[in-house]
Amino acid sequence: MIEVKDLHKAFGAVKAVDGVSFAARDGEITGLLGPNGAGKTTTLRMLYTLMTPDRGQVLVDGIDAAADALDVRRRLGVLPDARGLYKRLTARENIDYFARLHGLPEPALAARREALVQALEMEDFADRRTEGFSQGQRVKTAIARALIHDPRNVILDEPTNGLDVMATRALRQFMLRLKAEGRCVLFSSHIMQEVAALCDRIVVIANGRVVADESPAALREQTGEANLEDAFVKIIGSEEGLAA
Amino acid sequence: MNMEKTNVAVIRVRAFLTVFLKEVKENLRDRRTLVSAFLTGPLLGPLILVMMLNLTLNREFDKAEKPLPVPVIGAERAPNLLAALKANGIDPKPPIANPELAVRRQDADVVLRISPDYATAWGKGEPVQVELIYDSSQRDANTAVERLSRLVESYAHEQGAMRLVARGLSPSTAWPVVAARRDQATAQARAALVFSILPYFFVLTVFMGGMYLAIDLTAGERERQSLEPLFANPVPRWKILAGKLAAICTFSAASLLISLCAFAVVGRFIPTEKLGMELDLGLRFGGQVLLLMLPLIVLLAALQSMVAAFAKSYREAQTYLSLLMFVPVLPSILLASMPIKSQGWMYAVPLLGQHLGIMQLLRGDGVEPSQLGLCLAGSLVAAAVAVLATARLYQSERLAISG
Repeated sequence: MIEVKDLHKAFGAVKAVDGVSFAARDGEITGLLGPNGAGKTTTLRMLYTLMTPDRGQVLVDGIDAAADALDVRRRLGVLPDARGLYKRLTARENIDYFARLHGLPEPALAARREALVQALEMEDFADRRTEGFSQGQRVKTAIARALIHDPRNVILDEPTNGLDVMATRALRQFMLRLKAEGRCVLFSSHIMQEVAALCDRIVVIANGRVVADESPAALREQTGEANLEDAFVKIIGSEEGLAA
Repeated sequence: MNMEKTNVAVIRVRAFLTVFLKEVKENLRDRRTLVSAFLTGPLLGPLILVMMLNLTLNREFDKAEKPLPVPVIGAERAPNLLAALKANGIDPKPPIANPELAVRRQDADVVLRISPDYATAWGKGEPVQVELIYDSSQRDANTAVERLSRLVESYAHEQGAMRLVARGLSPSTAWPVVAARRDQATAQARAALVFSILPYFFVLTVFMGGMYLAIDLTAGERERQSLEPLFANPVPRWKILAGKLAAICTFSAASLLISLCAFAVVGRFIPTEKLGMELDLGLRFGGQVLLLMLPLIVLLAALQSMVAAFAKSYREAQTYLSLLMFVPVLPSILLASMPIKSQGWMYAVPLLGQHLGIMQLLRGDGVEPSQLGLCLAGSLVAAAVAVLATARLYQSERLAISG
């Protein structure tokens, strides 16, 4: 369970996040939808305590990120926007590194790692050094190391960015599996179909503000558009109209 | 509850170790880092030293022992002087037309000109003049000039004494004061003069040993976009930094060790006995240098990490660090150009203290406990400040963001 209350973050005069509130529940996939530069990544960075909000509160499983950042990080599995791997280490070694940083005991580590390697279909390249990996192999490795400690809450920043159709499909299946396991999945995207296909709840962000927080069906109903993409355009368009 | 507590304690130590071991493992797989830390860095110093020494030593000896060719103008006027010079290894050459130009153009190191009235003046018992024409800006020529000048003077001395004896006087009446030179430089101190470049080599080795790691572990990690996921782990940043610093220190310390071993081996091949010098680059020397350098290893690792953290990219960090590399030369240059007497407080200045300490070890004087204490304490304080400053820098939000 991830709760965000009235988050603010400014870089100089630029208000990147300007009063964002929403909740992502366990056993649901919550999509953070918005155009590029809307403040999605900055919001997520405050969630996983890389950045400190100027104002507002982040609660993960009821724990305040400002009070105990380490405990919050322990409860989160994060695939950040930056997903660099260590190129001189193999995929397995990359995963193990993060597992040990999470303090996993060695036997549990091996079992959990192999389960992830299997679930993400990484057997073919798991023992290769990550230099020269394809984008898909990279993302899989990054996801595996993010989930190695079996977190209740999973944050994925544009997880399908740069993936081909097959890899995207596989990743969606994996996200549904995480949801079925009862986890709280929060991911950001600017791709409509993806959000429509996966999400139980959509939080639309534009100009650093939440402009809608609904189920896909409710969103269509509210805007009177059968097509989610049209609904999205309408929401953002009307918001911009208000601002002007 | 109790078990949870021990688990947390294990995790705490493990996080540091995990970062440390991973960085060491990853960098052991990087050829460029290995070559720089374990080959070129530590071995360049000993190699250059040996080459330099052999060059200078051989040149000095060549000059001292070989017959010295000297063009002589008016040789026929002073056959006795010429005979005496010949007996001492001077090889008189035919006269040349323009001796002044010849020495400036380095055609001859020195030219001897005997004045036309030498013979008549000599016969009358009057002082006569011989000229040594040379160019003192030609360093190479100085040994030759010195040698010829000494031979001429000792010939004059000898002849003067004989004249006094012929007049029934004791030669000592003419030289009421005699300056006797008593050089207090020990053989080792003479060697130290030649080896004053050594402390810089050690600092340079430590610097090069850790440089690529320092760049890779901060600027490189950010450029490869792996710093952000790393910071998403439940480990405080200062622990991650501690592990990284430890990895850098390990590499630079290994580099220094290799260098000390190389110097110990090379020290046996330096023909120091030819110059009557004594040089001990053995185990005792190595151990003491290592002790003196330990705080400096931490200080340099922290400084390198700090500089690398400021840089936006790997390349930028490399440029900054190459500039930083010249800072350790300063004390060496300072001491060489201004031969100041070393004061107690100087030992507390990082780099300067190490320089003075190592020089003293080379001179064979040994380092006094108070000097050692000052040196270690001063550098440790500086290292602690640098580490804290780097830790502060690591807390900044901007550090992790790659874009």
